[in-house]
Amino acid sequence: MPKVAITESPIRAEEFLADLPSSSDGAMVLFLGVVRDHHDGRAVKGLVYEAYREMAEETLALIATEVEERFGTDRIAALHRIGALGIGEVATAIAVATPHRAEAYDASRYFLEELKKRLPVWKREEYVGGESRWLEGTIPPGTARKLGEREDGR
Amino acid sequence: MTIRILFFASYRELLGSGELLLDLPGPGTVSDLLQDLWDRGEPYSALPASPVVAVNREFATLDTLLEEGDEVAFVPPVAGG
Repeated sequence: MPKVAITESPIRAEEFLADLPSSSDGAMVLFLGVVRDHHDGRAVKGLVYEAYREMAEETLALIATEVEERFGTDRIAALHRIGALGIGEVATAIAVATPHRAEAYDASRYFLEELKKRLPVWKREEYVGGESRWLEGTIPPGTARKLGEREDGR
Repeated sequence: MTIRILFFASYRELLGSGELLLDLPGPGTVSDLLQDLWDRGEPYSALPASPVVAVNREFATLDTLLEEGDEVAFVPPVAGG
């Protein structure tokens, strides 16, 4: 069964991976998204993540179901952290175990790309010097737009 | 009909609140709800003309019909990961 959640707690990779693979799995891919110290040439002090928690957990579960259908594994785990994070802290963790490596890499990539398109989570960058701003995000595919409007909203 | 409205991230800061209970003369769509909010003036009139919304935690469109007790979330473009 896939294990997915939104969490306020620091993400620890070894706990996150514990008991994930089955005895028939020969590959396990772990992706960690970490907070970096710069963006668009500005020095970043940290990030604050906010989620529509119930919907975000349902979305993670839905993406996990898609991974099961496409890549044939239910050994999937995903966490997204919320709250204030410092440089180097883990914001996102995705792990997939499969019998062979190709599916594990592909499934991990699929999970992350779908998460970035659809997960109702937002981040505010806190800059060195005290300013902050919500990062411009992605409009989820197939969502509300005025008739005749272009996908990029212009 | 009573609708629970949620605002997240930049919308929450723009409106100074994350949640609003609204009594709409039913039936109506997301579009009617948006019009009702705009008619309230500042700060709600600052909501965009084509916001991304979710109804009961699924992405929806302005044409989506609302029912008593629905939860409508105004969702800024997403930026997880």
